[in-house]
Amino acid sequence: MDKKTEDLIIESVIRQLMETQAQSAENNFRAGPESNSRDSGSSSEPNTLEPMDVIGVENPHNLEALKVMRKTSPARIFMGRCGARQKTASYLNYMADHAAAIDAVLMDVSEQFIADNDLFKVKTVVKDKDEYLMRPDLGRKLSQESKDEILQKGEKGKQVQIIVVDGLSSTSIEANVADAMPALIQGLGTYGITVGRPFFIKYGRVAIMDEVAPLLDCDVVVEFIGERPGLITAESMSAYMAYRPDHNTNESNRTVVSNIHRNGTPPTEAGAHLATLVKKMIDNKASGIKLAALP
Amino acid sequence: MNLRSQIKDQIFTFKSLRDLLAKANEEKSGDALVGLAAETATERVAAKLCLANLQLKDIYENPVIPYENDEVTRLIYDDINTTIYNSISHWTVSELREYILGSKSRQNDLLHISRGLTSEMIAAVAKLMSSMDLVYACKKIKVAAHCNTTIGLPGTLSFRNQSNHPTDNIDGIIAATKDGLSFGCGDAVLGINPVEDNVENYERIMRALIDLKERYEIPTQCTVLAHVSTQMQALKKGIPVDLVFQSVAGTESAHKGFGIDKAMLTEAHEMALKLGAATGPNVMYFETGQGSEVSVDCHHGVDMVTLEARTYGVARHFNPFMVNNVSGFIGPETIFTGKEVIRADLEDLFMGKLHGLPMGIAPCHTNHMKADRDDQEIGTMLAAMAGANFFMGIGGGDDCMLSYQDTSFHDDASIREILGLRPAPEFEKWLEKWGIMEDGKLTDRGGDASIFD
Repeated sequence: MDKKTEDLIIESVIRQLMETQAQSAENNFRAGPESNSRDSGSSSEPNTLEPMDVIGVENPHNLEALKVMRKTSPARIFMGRCGARQKTASYLNYMADHAAAIDAVLMDVSEQFIADNDLFKVKTVVKDKDEYLMRPDLGRKLSQESKDEILQKGEKGKQVQIIVVDGLSSTSIEANVADAMPALIQGLGTYGITVGRPFFIKYGRVAIMDEVAPLLDCDVVVEFIGERPGLITAESMSAYMAYRPDHNTNESNRTVVSNIHRNGTPPTEAGAHLATLVKKMIDNKASGIKLAALP
Repeated sequence: MNLRSQIKDQIFTFKSLRDLLAKANEEKSGDALVGLAAETATERVAAKLCLANLQLKDIYENPVIPYENDEVTRLIYDDINTTIYNSISHWTVSELREYILGSKSRQNDLLHISRGLTSEMIAAVAKLMSSMDLVYACKKIKVAAHCNTTIGLPGTLSFRNQSNHPTDNIDGIIAATKDGLSFGCGDAVLGINPVEDNVENYERIMRALIDLKERYEIPTQCTVLAHVSTQMQALKKGIPVDLVFQSVAGTESAHKGFGIDKAMLTEAHEMALKLGAATGPNVMYFETGQGSEVSVDCHHGVDMVTLEARTYGVARHFNPFMVNNVSGFIGPETIFTGKEVIRADLEDLFMGKLHGLPMGIAPCHTNHMKADRDDQEIGTMLAAMAGANFFMGIGGGDDCMLSYQDTSFHDDASIREILGLRPAPEFEKWLEKWGIMEDGKLTDRGGDASIFD
């Protein structure tokens, strides 16, 4: 397939999805933590964090120079100081970003999200979040009940199996999958590629796909997984793919599209792009560096 | 070698020295992950009791990885001064601990016995020390080193200005570097981790750092933390390289995973001396961290502290300018909590210093560990009290390229003020010339990067 056809398909998938999303956008606005607050302070505006690009240096020698430099890096610079310490505003910005990262790692993907996206939920042998973080080896093994459930509710022998895995950021899964997954499924449909019923795996690592593919006898697994959050964003998701992965698969056999989030590769665009990658994998019976090395 | 000990009515028997060394460790997730950790608190103390009564020759005669099988073991043993070793080989680990902590032992005494100690002996004694023991012992040793300038002099604390950028944008790197300089950060080195590891990109970043250094006549050294093989290409191309960087580990197989071996490090060191731009004699910059062998599955059943000590055995062979420990960077599967990372920082600082190394520390954490800014700041204050030569410095403490948290430019300036420590002497003069510092404190111009424009 040439680049032009690929672009056309991506474009049409995105257009169709935008239309559906516009309709449901209003209904999707979720109530924030405000509903929990006891005293809403009625009419006053809420306190907000200072924007990250504020120059905090007091009486600078050359404010214009600082403004120009400020645009060149997302680093936390030109924040000013009180004594040798950070000012309150930049301190709180850091705390807020770190809190978002911690929440992304420690919170679970919600039941509502799983229901809304028509997934069913299974789990690895990991017991809890602490064990998940300390024992990457256990995050690569499905529990026996989960295997049974996948065989019962999933579909064997389809060409592609999509799995959604919490990984290190539940936030990124909730922020991106609802856009990326439909775009991917629609794109695969355009190519006439069959897709098994997608499901969610709790406490999973990337290599969990190596257990899924042999179980369902599919050609390609597409795995959406939350990336380790940084302070710049906690919403970044990756899509890992492999052709017929199993326990002999190593990392170089996987193809990855990372940095999927609203300020990176937008999820809808990513989903459509993934469909073209999957098509290429099926056509060439390959993934990872083997696929990349093809002309 | 007696591998049995009794605590109250429980008798413990350990399988080997390797098993004993692992079980004597304070709790860390990486030792548990590979199944080496003590199973109960009492077993941990029983192991310490056993270890305290071993003689240094028991450790010498039972290398944790055989001499024949591992070039790191060979390097450590071949570098030992046998006369000094023979004079203390009958000491127990407990006696070694008390000698180190004893009032009569000063830097020279400790650096003398250091030449007779294998890395495993140094690891063993660290396992018998509490946090304050480690700080107390660390404080006795401060080894200075000279590249273009000297860092690690008594009463000084230096910093690496680590102004990384997520796309290696030169203007962004320079902007953030200037911010750090205006806080007094950069006397150890101006050092950038590149996103893309190739000689063209290395040259682009290195030239920008050198331009900055020359334009403002900054008394310091520059480095770009590419793979050592990239830096060797740069040296061959005639690019002015001050410091050659490489991450190192405690086993030959982990080095293979890093794409290095002793021969390559030796060649890089020789090239840096022969072709490099710095005055020297110290021209190498190493980074290490507990758990790196676990993360590449090359630990050979040896615990993280012992492997980290062996890493310092590698480093001291190459007479480095800086050894920086980044134990908090590796992740929760090796070090899980703030307590674990602070313990690791102090152990590593101690073990590095007892190897006679010019040690610094990056008391840091990733966002998927149970550690936060408070742990990181506590680690920094303790390591500064313990006499670390240097820390990192990053805008706001957040590395926007490597996605982890480390000491900020603000922390750097603060810790100097809290403990009355000064920059490297040449660098302090430079800061005074620019009106950034007066009597060891930031002036009103401090923290204003636009003074350079």
